[in-house]
Amino acid sequence: MLWDTIFLALREIRRNVIRSFLTILGIVIGVASVITMVTLGGGATVQVTNQIASLGSNLLMVTPGKRMGPGQSSASAPFRAKDVEAIARDIRSVAAVAPASTKPVTAIVGNENWSTTVTGTDNQYMKVRMWPVQTGREFSDSELRAGAAVCIIGDTVRQKLFGGLEPLGNRIRLGKLSFQVIGLLEAKGQSSMGTDQDDLVLLPLRTFQRRISGNQDISLIQVSIRDGESTEKAQRDIERLMRERRHIAPNADDDFSVMDMKEITKMLTATTQVLTGLLGAVAAVSLLVGGIGIMNIMLVSVTERTREIGTRLAIGALEREVLMQFLVEAVVLSSSGGLFGILLGLAACLGLKNALKVPFVLNPGIVVVAFLFSAAVGVVFGYFPALKAARLDPIEALRHE
Amino acid sequence: MTATSQTDKRSLIELRGVTKVYGAGHAATHALRGIDLDIGEGDLVAVMGPSGSGKSTCLNILGCLDTPTAGTYTFQGVEVGQLDRDQRARLRRHYLGFVFQGYNLLSRTSAIENVELPLVYRGVPARTRRAHARRALEAVGLQGREKHAPNELSGGEQQRVAIARAIVTGPAVLMADEPTGNLDTARSHEIMQLLVELNRREGITIVMVTHEPDMAAYAKRIVHFVDGLVESDKRNGSHI
Repeated sequence: MLWDTIFLALREIRRNVIRSFLTILGIVIGVASVITMVTLGGGATVQVTNQIASLGSNLLMVTPGKRMGPGQSSASAPFRAKDVEAIARDIRSVAAVAPASTKPVTAIVGNENWSTTVTGTDNQYMKVRMWPVQTGREFSDSELRAGAAVCIIGDTVRQKLFGGLEPLGNRIRLGKLSFQVIGLLEAKGQSSMGTDQDDLVLLPLRTFQRRISGNQDISLIQVSIRDGESTEKAQRDIERLMRERRHIAPNADDDFSVMDMKEITKMLTATTQVLTGLLGAVAAVSLLVGGIGIMNIMLVSVTERTREIGTRLAIGALEREVLMQFLVEAVVLSSSGGLFGILLGLAACLGLKNALKVPFVLNPGIVVVAFLFSAAVGVVFGYFPALKAARLDPIEALRHE
Repeated sequence: MTATSQTDKRSLIELRGVTKVYGAGHAATHALRGIDLDIGEGDLVAVMGPSGSGKSTCLNILGCLDTPTAGTYTFQGVEVGQLDRDQRARLRRHYLGFVFQGYNLLSRTSAIENVELPLVYRGVPARTRRAHARRALEAVGLQGREKHAPNELSGGEQQRVAIARAIVTGPAVLMADEPTGNLDTARSHEIMQLLVELNRREGITIVMVTHEPDMAAYAKRIVHFVDGLVESDKRNGSHI
């Protein structure tokens, strides 16, 4: 009987192909956008995770300021060079510690100028980030000690300022001062957040502090942990050490944070997930609108087919059989809309993945949920018209013109 | 077959003091004012009368589509007034066939699928359904037209499909509401001949509402309604 009912519903839909298509268009668009949003969002999340993982799981980031949830922190005292030394000296499991302070600057070579970020650090930076110098050399000890006017540049800076010319040995002007280029970093490409990682200039920390920032602050300490050592333990050790050095009372909260890559990943993916959720919600609203479209057409259909319903009731259809017929019809309509929507959404994802440079990550859960949801839309919005049909008085219905 | 031989058969349908009132108070209209009617198995009854005489209301009650306001309707010993909507639907499904003035076939649906419809509601398996429907279409002389949709058939042919749909379940009674009302004279006579033949050959009891004396002449018995009452109830001498 159910099979007959579904068959009947399909035949009814086939009778009115264009109208059926227009009816389900709302659902198709709704489901397609949900699928597209969630799949692309999922892809973006995976991309973020992968790129952070490529930084190495043994990297810790120490920043001043309390953690107040994803991406937020309160201002507090920056670190000093002594803190960096203390970590390197006192924490056994540390492989390398790199200080960093950054400032946006305009770099100038001849007629070319380019807005970039300058970072004061030392050779540990390349070690911690596993980011070797491609041509040229790292800073020498004497340069680091003396705060010499030398710099290592990223590939984007080279392209923008030097074009095809040789940068090594040439000078770059940052603000009022000029710096000799001694090294060129390997090209790394875009980061997980879409920023260009190669858009940077490295200076010896002392040079940066004296000539660029004018203070002794260090805004970030990157720590890499030796292979085989526990990151969690190192994290706890660093926390204890920094609490001691910053004289934090035992019951007070940290005024700095030590994050491993897992936490950073969590922070970044939380952002993507919120965005995905919002876009998904907007798409879900269009599903609702699609459902109303189905209800509308089902009501029209019930009115149009009043005589047919009367005939069915007269020849012995039960109320619930007529109800079931119209309900199944609505559900077949809405779930076929869901099916088309899923296909369209996946096709859109495949089409967009290159344009947006986001990997295609199929989430079977959302496909199933979208399908079930579209079927549920049919049940909810088909029920009222179906009830209307089932409750018709056969005599009245047969008389209907 | 003579008229008297019919009265010996036991009653299939018994109406006792049936009234039907629409509305209430001053607006109330009395469609039926107390009808007594017995219809025996194998009868072919024509119900006649001017419009508003209650003949359609009576057919609706006989067809279990409607219930009497007062009085009793007993169908094969079952009192229909006591049945709820679903029970009456089941009774129609198993014992009654309907033929309407406007054919009421499902559009864009082939003749054979239309004929199968009552069997679908009976839960008959598809293959059996098809075989029964084909036989019913043969019985009304439409073999070879199974695949035609209603809009590809003439009015007379459409009414034959409707009759096939009504008899496919082997009903006890066939209720026909002005079955020739939309047809020209020649087609009307053909349909009546078909009904007479089904009554004679298959023994199906037929109750038919008509306002055309020519068509009523085919019946074995003619009941006249006037103002909600049976004015006359006669065996038809000219019955063929």
